[in-house]
Amino acid sequence: MAHDKTLTLKVKRQKDASSAPYWEDYIIPYQPNLNIIAALMEIRKEPKTAAGAVTTAPVWEMNCLENVCGSCTMIINGKVQQACTTLVDKLQQPISIAPMTKFPVVKDLIVDRSKMFSNLLKVRAWIPIDGTYDLGAGPRLSEAERQKNYHFSQCMTCGCCLEVCPQVNDHSNFIGASAIGQVRLFNHHPTGTMNKDERLEAISGDDGVTTCGNAQNCVRACPKEIPLTEAIAEMNRDVTVFKFKKFFGG
Amino acid sequence: MAAVAKNKNPRVIVVGGGLAGLMTTVRVAEKGVHVDLFSFVPVKRSHSVCAQGGINGAINTKGEGDSPANHFDDTVYGGDFLANQPPVNYITEKAPAIINLLDRMGVMFNRTPEGLLDFRRFGGSLFHRTAYAGATTGQQLLYALDEQTRRAESEGTVTKYEFWDFLGIIKDDTGVCKGIVAQDLRSMEIRSFPADAVVVASGGPGVIFGKSTNSVMNTGTAAAEVYQQGAKYANGEFIQVHPTAIPGIDKLRLMSESARGEGGRVWVPRDPAEKRRGEQVPVSERFYFLEEKYPAYGNLVPRDIATREIFDICVNQKLGVFGENQVYLDVTEIDKKLIDIKLGGILEIYEKFVGEDPRVTPMRIFPAVHYSMGGIWVDFAKSDSGSLIEENPRNHQTNITGLYAAGECDYQYHGANRLGANALLSCLATGYLIGPGVVAYAHNLEKPAKDLPSTLFESAQKKEQEYYSQLSKSTGTENSYRLHQELGEIMTANVTVVRENKKLAETDVKLQELTERVKHVSIQDNSSWTNQLVPFTRHLRNMLSLARVITLGALARNESRGAHYKPEFPDRNDPDWLKTTIAEYTPDGPKLTYEPVDTSLIVPRPRNYAD
Repeated sequence: MAHDKTLTLKVKRQKDASSAPYWEDYIIPYQPNLNIIAALMEIRKEPKTAAGAVTTAPVWEMNCLENVCGSCTMIINGKVQQACTTLVDKLQQPISIAPMTKFPVVKDLIVDRSKMFSNLLKVRAWIPIDGTYDLGAGPRLSEAERQKNYHFSQCMTCGCCLEVCPQVNDHSNFIGASAIGQVRLFNHHPTGTMNKDERLEAISGDDGVTTCGNAQNCVRACPKEIPLTEAIAEMNRDVTVFKFKKFFGG
Repeated sequence: MAAVAKNKNPRVIVVGGGLAGLMTTVRVAEKGVHVDLFSFVPVKRSHSVCAQGGINGAINTKGEGDSPANHFDDTVYGGDFLANQPPVNYITEKAPAIINLLDRMGVMFNRTPEGLLDFRRFGGSLFHRTAYAGATTGQQLLYALDEQTRRAESEGTVTKYEFWDFLGIIKDDTGVCKGIVAQDLRSMEIRSFPADAVVVASGGPGVIFGKSTNSVMNTGTAAAEVYQQGAKYANGEFIQVHPTAIPGIDKLRLMSESARGEGGRVWVPRDPAEKRRGEQVPVSERFYFLEEKYPAYGNLVPRDIATREIFDICVNQKLGVFGENQVYLDVTEIDKKLIDIKLGGILEIYEKFVGEDPRVTPMRIFPAVHYSMGGIWVDFAKSDSGSLIEENPRNHQTNITGLYAAGECDYQYHGANRLGANALLSCLATGYLIGPGVVAYAHNLEKPAKDLPSTLFESAQKKEQEYYSQLSKSTGTENSYRLHQELGEIMTANVTVVRENKKLAETDVKLQELTERVKHVSIQDNSSWTNQLVPFTRHLRNMLSLARVITLGALARNESRGAHYKPEFPDRNDPDWLKTTIAEYTPDGPKLTYEPVDTSLIVPRPRNYAD
């Protein structure tokens, strides 16, 4: 069905990390149920500006398009979210699309989130199994505990929680809610709990859990509705106990 | 233990960071052998995250008398006897240990009241055999392996190259694989990487069909590259169309088979003119067409069958909901307390993208291209007991020595149709199997790849740099993304659920036309930093090459088997067609030959889920 209606997209672009950003507008045909990814894909089919000048298509990250891979995080009309789940029909127009601000820009809408993965390395977010050889069944776990842990195991390292956190800024190296949530996850696993002090140590420094300012923005921004503030509160208590014990050589 | 290694410090390259690639990586690294891991995206964002329903393994926690032998039989029968049986025997035997291993790695599998792993039903089986973590099992399994890979990284045995595109393998003068050429997708730098063995675990090619349930990077480009470099491609014509997906503009989003495994029912109103919303249609006016036709399996018939029935209801019988190509997938009868625990992830997807609550209103779904049973041809080392010999370097080696393939990009386990929840198993079991085999191969080499003449690696790198440079200067009137749309439209129309020889032949003509037109694309963006257009155009060329393998394989196969259905030849024809299609690249198009299927363990029998 042909629609005469059009949409205007305003995209914040930047050639590379050292260039100045600029805004470029595009007009694309409207369709019902359009999401931001499909709207951006329209630009690629005939890259020209709203004024009609030939241009290059903006670049962005995407992959699964169903809110499980964490690739397509952007700031859309001022709100950080996954571009794939953001439906055009629910947005005010013109629609503005910009890269996240708490990570270095690579190009256009792509930012460098490698810091988040380094943080997972830092907090040792894994179960240190003895080996992959067959050792029979894993530990038993109650379904109730499993459900609590599952909230945290859905974290897709998308970066929304860091983007909205006032403590993540140029003057602070705060590790952020995502990594703290992972410490919570692994410290509650029947095997992972055996190494919980290593992870608590990793979030006990200046960049760790005590830097949280309790703004609670993270939990509201999380596309997976992970109870991040609960994890932060709990890990804060655990770090206090850990430090106390460490101080007294316990 | 293995004999003393001749090549003491080998390096292995793994291309692809999904389940198969990461399991291979972890298994190789565990042996103390260094892995260079290449991925188009950060490995945690690989397409395996999209798998929802679960992973099969006959652990038999429900007192049903299930066994690996049942699982083996269901898989071979479900695949319409086209799979070589010893490898299937191996993975179904290994399945319980694989699930236990992933549980030990911390996967949050759903539990029984006793705290044991819970299992649900899936298509093509009458047993509760599918372990699951909500309805995001693929994501959960991938994360566990992402974590183990990160641990290996912390120990120095793995180096990750994320945001790198695979451009091809490097062969020495005897034709043995000795490394790869890859491109950094940020700096666009093209580099050679020597390796003693290369494992391609690059996933499926669904994007050839335009919109599918696949992630946008699943163009099959790596498989197409090695095919064009001489690797055989097997059973390309076997493409699974999943019965239940949500139609969308940018992609067709999977609605897991677990919805039916947990009691979801497929139906249409008996009256095609029905205007009421699904929940308002009285039960007596609903046509539960799968349950009526298949009393034993009901909504859990294998995917090829469910897809054809839904297609028939909509396209031939014109009974689609609201006159459109869609049927109801109804989960509104499932216990409200359990539904979010067991299916939360997929219900959330439906709500977010359609804006309706599937707990109240039946979902509207239609089939979508989902999985390739076919893929790169790989070998296996059969044991005397009819399984596989572990640590044998032949397992999953392609016809190019030193090059291995694993996961959806290989062809080994699913025959003509894959059963639900067997993909996660085949990816993981393959990675588990080949890690030690690849290490044995690499240890046994006389001389490490890094000691080969540097000219070998330099010339391969130079060739790719020249190709890239030439491509990025392309001028013309065509747009790569529009050409891709045309490719997807014709492949979806003619090479999916129902295949007719006339249309397949027309498709191949169109594919050749597109192959010509792609030489005239306008590269409006030739920037040398984070360029997405040139790599996509390269992938498009590769997609066209694989599309011909799929189409011509389908054209040649004059029978119906599993997912491959031709009304002109409606029956399975074992005397003529119980054989594996092998495609080999030539500049004039794929050359097709055939090889026998190993059916040494289960005698082929007619496939019938209706009685």
